[in-house]
Parts: sequence; C-alpha cells; structure tokens
Amino acid sequence: MRGLLFFFKRFVNPASDTAADRSPPLGARAELLAGIRAELPLQLGIVPFGLIFGVLGLAAGLPIWAIIAMSVIMLGGSSQMVFVQLWAVAAPFSVIGTTVGVVNLRHLLYSADMAPYLSSLSWRWKCLLSYLLTDEAYMVAARRFRDGPATPARHWYLLGTGLTLWTGWVSSTIVGVLVGRAIPESWSLEFSIPLTFIALLVLSVRRKSELCAAIAAGAAALALQSLPHKLWILAAAAIGMAVGLLVHRWSGEK
Amino acid sequence: MSENIGILFIVIVCGVLTFLLRFSFIAGARFLPKSPALQHLLRYVPPTVLAALIAPDILMHNGELALSLNNIRLWAALVALIAAYFTRHVLATIAAGMAALWLLQAAFT
Repeated sequence: MRGLLFFFKRFVNPASDTAADRSPPLGARAELLAGIRAELPLQLGIVPFGLIFGVLGLAAGLPIWAIIAMSVIMLGGSSQMVFVQLWAVAAPFSVIGTTVGVVNLRHLLYSADMAPYLSSLSWRWKCLLSYLLTDEAYMVAARRFRDGPATPARHWYLLGTGLTLWTGWVSSTIVGVLVGRAIPESWSLEFSIPLTFIALLVLSVRRKSELCAAIAAGAAALALQSLPHKLWILAAAAIGMAVGLLVHRWSGEK
Repeated sequence: MSENIGILFIVIVCGVLTFLLRFSFIAGARFLPKSPALQHLLRYVPPTVLAALIAPDILMHNGELALSLNNIRLWAALVALIAAYFTRHVLATIAAGMAALWLLQAAFT
C-alpha cells in the first residue's frame, strides 16, 4: 500500500501536494506549467458537470449559442445552473440577475484573499485574472500563493489554473449541448462536482483550526438552508471562519 | 429575435456582475487593511466555502436532511474522503467516489 501511494505521488500526480514541497519554480513559464499541471486532475470533475450543464440548458429551452455564451461570459458552474433553473420556470430577469449575484457573492472572499498577491500587477493582468477567478482555479492557486515561494512570476500560476479550468469548462459545455443528451441520468455525473470539492477540501485542511472551521461551515450550511437565494453559502463560510479563528486562538496554534 | 436579444442581455448582465465580484478586492486592494489578522482570517476561505458547498449536496435530499444509512451519496462521499486523505490526489478521489456511487446504485436500486 505504501509503495502504491509512493508511486502515485511520485509519478502519476507529481503536482498533487503543495508547491512548497518541491523545489521552487521560478520563471513565468515554469509557474504557468505548474498551474496547468495542478489544475488538470480537476478536469475529471469539471468536464462531467459541463456536459450536464449543456444538457440542462437545452432542457430549459435556451438556444445553443446562449448556453455556450454563458459558459464563456459567466464562467461559474453553480450560478449558471441557477440561471438555467430560473429560466426553465420563466423567472423575470430581475430575479435571475439577483440570484446569480447572490450565489456568486463568495467570490468576494476569493478576491480579498488573492488581492495582496496581485496588487503590483497591471490593470490588464488584474482584469484577466479576475475573470478567471473561479472556485476551482482559486482553490488550487490559493495553496500555491500561501505555501509557495514569493516569486515575482507567481501570478502565472493562477493564469495556468484559470486557463485550464476555462478550457475544460467551455469545451465540455459545447460537447454537452451537442451530444450530452446521450448520457443516461443514472450515471449521476452531477456528483462529480461535490467529489472535486471533497478532494480540494481535504487538501486545504492542514491544521486543527481549519478542520473545525470546515465542520462548522458545513453544519451551518445545513442549518441555514432556509435563507433565500443561497445566501447560506456566505453565511456558513462566515460562521466557519469565525470558529476557525477562535479555535486558533484557544489552541495556541502557530 | 427580440427574445435572443433579451437572453444575450441577461447573460451579459450576469457575467458583468460575476466579474465585478471577482474583481472587487483585486481592483481595490488599497482599501483592504494590510493587517495580519485579516490575512489570517482569509486562510479559512477555502475550507469553509468548500464545506458549505459540499454539505447540502451530500446530506440533503429534496430539501430534507438525509442522514439515514440509505443515503448512498453519503457513503460514496465517505469513500471519496478516505481516498482523498490517503492519496491526496484529486483524480483518485473523484474516481473512487464515482465508482462507489455506481456500485452502491447498482447494488441497492
């Protein structure tokens, strides 16, 4: 078993652990490639979700071009799903816009977390990286920024994770609208996204305070389900962050 | 035709809104206090947001809490959790979770 795990870490997935574990990548090219390599395994979770999104978009009565345009312009799986569900029941535009905005509020947290690392970049870079700041691109890049060396080219890592996510999401949406209807529902492909998040969660928890924060946030998310517009995502995250901070203080973690 | 313009309009509005949320603090970094306490607090963003997104997907069914042993998603998620813990590998986690779900679906439905 140990040998198998070693084989996995060494050869199949050299980018699985933090960037800090390896010798520091230095140049823009090395950072970009490291970002792409770290994001690639997530495609196994994102592509099935993109296929399903394409199918649900058609089922909601959206034209093909609009489904693909959503994946390019919005670039956010969960908010696009909400959009499609609301479109299917002919919700007014104001409701669609508000709900998408609230579902995506968590991106404020990602933006605040990334801001210090990107503050010296040009506006063009800031716009590009903000556009690409999806759940999965952020979650992978956050570990590299926090634990890896503070090299001047490290924003290329986020470009790598973002572009890889973009490519997988947009191309799987296109395939989904074209042939997705052939996928039987019993395959439960939508389960691939919680599984991807489970993998990212386990990789993001390294201390007791982070574990407590995650448990508190999960429990709060269940308890607050009655909040409208999926506001519980942000509320649960806030409660979890507060619990994490308290545990950190009390347990005297470094 | 006018419906197409309407769709394009609302998609662009949602896209701009999403972009602005992602751009907010990256654009206004100088308005963020440069305190170590805030930096520390933001460490908890990935684990808390991920847990908040995962929990209802796995523990709720049709709007109700589904903590029973019949909830095969719960078992499949548990398999994925164990796989993630031991392999620290995203591909292995997704593959193990999907395989577990399919096996349980085949066995119990």
